Amino acid sequence: MKLSDVREILSASVMCGEERLSEEVLSVCGSDLMSDVLAFVKDQSVLLTGLMNQQVVRTAEMMDMKCIVFVRGKTPEPDVVTLANQRGLTVMSTMHRMYEACGRLYSGGLV
Amino acid sequence: MPMEKLTLSFDIIGGNFIAAGEASSATKAALRKIGLSNDIIRRVSICMYEGEINQVIHGGGGKAVIEVDERRVAITLTDGGPGIPDVSKALEEGFSTATNEIREQGFGAGMGLPNMKRYSDEFEIISKPGEGTTVVMSIRF
Ligand SMILES: Nc1ncnc2c1ncn2[C@@H]1O[C@H](COP(=O)(O)OP(=O)(O)OP(=O)(O)O)[C@@H](O)[C@H]1O
Ligand SMILES: [Mg+2]
Repeated sequence: MKLSDVREILSASVMCGEERLSEEVLSVCGSDLMSDVLAFVKDQSVLLTGLMNQQVVRTAEMMDMKCIVFVRGKTPEPDVVTLANQRGLTVMSTMHRMYEACGRLYSGGLV
Repeated sequence: MPMEKLTLSFDIIGGNFIAAGEASSATKAALRKIGLSNDIIRRVSICMYEGEINQVIHGGGGKAVIEVDERRVAITLTDGGPGIPDVSKALEEGFSTATNEIREQGFGAGMGLPNMKRYSDEFEIISKPGEGTTVVMSIRF
């Protein structure tokens, strides 16, 4: 699956990293607790979260992820998006709730 | 593995949630530059980031020193904060003294120290109430 498919499946709007939508993604992690995300060293590429601070970006960066999706229609502060963009991370926002967003991506083939 | 030795040192500011993680980020970039493998870099990143966040949240800030030689990456985190009364309890998965405010920031799962222990090859905490905390970790090549 590509990041552009993630955008489509989640009807998400892209806040930065439009130029990286052709990148492949393999697996997703959904959590609002960062140490939970850091506990699994598999190649996770997408982080779904309802949390909106700098530490979400740092966590994704430490894990070599490619994309952060903010759920429930949340939009982070501009400096959070700027930091993500500097780190080469694509940022999206979807209206779906966490549960629904995970379900849609799972059905779409991301585990 | 890497040809060059490297030492990095950072001051970590207590309570600053926005700057938290900058030292880990800079370390990650430096390790990339000297050509360490992705696996090693990710393990170092997780260990250091968890430790840096703990210094920011619990330790009142401190110092982080990263040393790379031909065998390993060593991370030493020192703070002069409140210390940990019961280290073996703190090492249990799920144990946390984080406040609700901290939890709302995405921390306080009580997984930081267990993650650091799991992803390092050597792990040691020296801590005494009132005297601060030192965490030493190394990740071998
Ligand atoms: N540098 C430190 N100084 C004082 N206390 C610490 C320090 N590091 C950890 N602790 C204590 O150990 C507990 C467990 O730490 P750990 O990192 O495992 O979990 P956490 O920081 O509470 O939550 P998480 O890391 O999952 O976000 C902390 O809640 C805190 O009480
Ligand atoms: Mg912690």
